[in-house]
Amino acid sequence: MNELFTETILIAVLAATVRIATPLIFAALGELITERAGILNLGVEGTMLMAAFAGFAGSFATGSTWAGLLAAMLAGAMMAFLMVFMAATLKVEQVVTGLALNLLAAGMSLYLFKVYFETQSMPMTEVMPFMPIPYLADIPWLGPIMFQQKGLTYLAFLMVPAVWFFLYRTKWGLEIRVLGENPKVIDTKGMSVTLRQYGAVIMGGVLVGLGGAFVTIGSVVRFVPDITAGRGWLALVIVIAGNWRPSGILLAALVFAFLDALQLQIQGVGVDLPYQIFLALPYVMAVVLMVLKSRGGRSEQPGRLGIPYFRGER
Amino acid sequence: MQPLLKVENVTKRFHQVVANDSVSFEVMPGEIHCLLGENGAGKSTIAECIYGFYKPDKGSISVNGEVLDLDSPAEAIRHGIGMVHQHFVLVTSMTVLENIVIGTDAATAILNLQSATDRIKAICARYEVEIDLNSKVWQLTVGQQQWVEILKALFLGARLLIMDEPTAVLTPQESRRLFKIFREMTGDGMSIILISHKLDEVMQSDRVTVLRKGKRVGTVVTRDSSKSELTNLMVGRDVNLNLVRERSDVGLPMLVVSGLHAANDFGTDKLNGVDLTLNRGEIVGIAGVAGNGQKELFETLMGVRRATSGRVMLADQDITNKTPREVQQAGIGHVPDDRFAEGLIPDFDIQSNLVLGVHRDQPFARRGFLKFGQIRSFAKQAMDEFAIQAPSAQTICRTLSGGNAQKVIVAREFAQASRVILANQPSRGLDVGVIEYMHKRLFEKRKEGFAILIASEELDELLALSDRILVLFKGQIVGEFSHGAVDLERVGLLMAGHFDDAPNPNADRSL
Ligand SMILES: Nc1ncnc2c1ncn2[C@@H]1O[C@H](COP(=O)(O)OP(=O)(O)OP(=O)(O)O)[C@@H](O)[C@H]1O
Ligand SMILES: [Mg+2]
Repeated sequence: MNELFTETILIAVLAATVRIATPLIFAALGELITERAGILNLGVEGTMLMAAFAGFAGSFATGSTWAGLLAAMLAGAMMAFLMVFMAATLKVEQVVTGLALNLLAAGMSLYLFKVYFETQSMPMTEVMPFMPIPYLADIPWLGPIMFQQKGLTYLAFLMVPAVWFFLYRTKWGLEIRVLGENPKVIDTKGMSVTLRQYGAVIMGGVLVGLGGAFVTIGSVVRFVPDITAGRGWLALVIVIAGNWRPSGILLAALVFAFLDALQLQIQGVGVDLPYQIFLALPYVMAVVLMVLKSRGGRSEQPGRLGIPYFRGER
Repeated sequence: MQPLLKVENVTKRFHQVVANDSVSFEVMPGEIHCLLGENGAGKSTIAECIYGFYKPDKGSISVNGEVLDLDSPAEAIRHGIGMVHQHFVLVTSMTVLENIVIGTDAATAILNLQSATDRIKAICARYEVEIDLNSKVWQLTVGQQQWVEILKALFLGARLLIMDEPTAVLTPQESRRLFKIFREMTGDGMSIILISHKLDEVMQSDRVTVLRKGKRVGTVVTRDSSKSELTNLMVGRDVNLNLVRERSDVGLPMLVVSGLHAANDFGTDKLNGVDLTLNRGEIVGIAGVAGNGQKELFETLMGVRRATSGRVMLADQDITNKTPREVQQAGIGHVPDDRFAEGLIPDFDIQSNLVLGVHRDQPFARRGFLKFGQIRSFAKQAMDEFAIQAPSAQTICRTLSGGNAQKVIVAREFAQASRVILANQPSRGLDVGVIEYMHKRLFEKRKEGFAILIASEELDELLALSDRILVLFKGQIVGEFSHGAVDLERVGLLMAGHFDDAPNPNADRSL
């Protein structure tokens, strides 16, 4: 057990934490914007998966990870568009829609992968390179943990204050937050509820798409079915655990990522316990957090989350 | 003089309901124009049409001679129309400032609300309103929340303000103040469309347009009219505005509350030792400014809220902290003050709401199965009795007019109760005809030996109904008056917490 806690290993675990947190932060921030607009998109997992596939396919087709990134964002936007079309225009039950999106994504990504890539032996893409930041990367401890990462990771962490600023310091953010609490306020001020819902949900979808991209072209050369492996679900938990606030979401994402990194490390070292226990660690933590959360503190959950808006109602 | 607003032949249908049937009227600059009508007459609907929230099926609405292309409130707002809805449209978790500024030009891309603050403060100063712009709306009293709504409209530059039953939730003092401010506004050249069921207020307007069953039955100059003429126009018959109180024999104690303590949802103590006794055949009125524990008192008696200490006895049965179902089965009916949140399931139809609570008992259910024939015929009867206006017993309650929704609750609780009726603001939003009927029924219940507790902000109503009036202040009963010996001056002082010139044994405890 001793070698678990040497300095180099600790740094490695923390650096892995930051890396693992990247897609979680993107996805959770995307879902945050969506839920703040009052729409519960349970299709995060599916959106990430489609984006992960699109990132892989786009990058494979063009040979450019940039094009892959763009494709992933587009895929995220398209999945979000489906969601908001069902939720805001057709006013269909949102939970069911979200679940359906996950099924759709699981099936479609697998199908497309089989059709286009099965024939080739081991299709592979470029992977985004590490981008150590000059000077900062040399800071002891902090450097290797924070500043020897990939571009997308830096972007994810920068998105936390950016999303905060957007939600709390711009008029669009204010309007989105009001949508989640009482869309009739928007309507009675002569503004379009639907337009704003589309804007928020699609914006959220693009962020989730970035998270999906990190899972493929940001990390590995290949795509395998179900590659997102529950990260989208975890993102939903992170939004709740983070109490619908960007800072809380960052914290929650880091906690989950740390548990995952630790779990990988322990597995690597070979501890005399079934590895499944460690695999389950983040999810056990998720349940614990939810229980703790339900018992205290003021919830910032949007009051009208998941409830469609009709003008004629009162 | 050219009218500011012209409503011509507006018709608005909701499926089979014709809410407005070719309604026309005009509002002059500087005028307070009242819309009067029974519950469900179509007042809120015509108001929503003017505001562009509902799109009329037929007819036109013009401002200063210009026909509006009403599709969303944006057009109405552009033409200087503002509206305060019957049920407030606010984000309670946000600040007053945010609620006012959102969607206005003061909400710049990157929010800088400071400049807006000065403008709002200027409006507040003009009408001598004091409100902390940085407090969250849920922390405000209902009266202050209403001011947030009015400020929202004024801040958008409203020249015509539509107020849908603004005083239903206000204390009499607040209402009087509001009317003074209305007059200042009209002095500034603004016009006001006022919807109200309170005739005293209606009499302060310049003109009154009366609606009945969606049609306009007339527009009169208030000065040349009278309360009885107006009610006659509105209901189509004479309404007895002053009920005759019959004597009733007050019997033994039915509900005895002693030393009741309870807290609100935020953990603040709201009942600080309430002692009261309801006798058989007696109506007891609770006077008090809203927020002094009325809500908590009723909820605690009903078992919806936990009593932290104290005792509630129903005859010789201890019902302290029993479940609501046990309390209800013991024979207590309850009319809560928030009709859509607590009194009804808005998405259920009228008949389901009418049997809620007894739905699993005879005759509405047998062996776990609902008997719809019974439920329907019961609903029909209740709808007739209380004049609940709706296409059928299967109408979803959400679509009912405010007053009709209230009638559903009152009808249910009156039918279910067998010994005690607890009613918090039961006549809020009801038209005079229905109030008359409800009061008649209350007197009948009293005669049958019911013990009745009523809280109302309308002192006139309490005076007319109650055998005794208790004044509730900060969670304590600080004064008691028996019918015929009520000193209104003193009641008012006690309600405001002035005990000096009104000695009372309880008074010093709460200070
Ligand atoms: N959204 C809606 N869907 C269906 N029916 C509606 C809707 N809104 C109103 N109605 C019906 O239209 C009629 C007029 O309702 P409205 O709310 O205008 O009455 P009101 O005069 O304001 O009554 P109150 O004094 O009780 O508030 C009622 O019969 C009501 O049930
Ligand atoms: Mg109304």
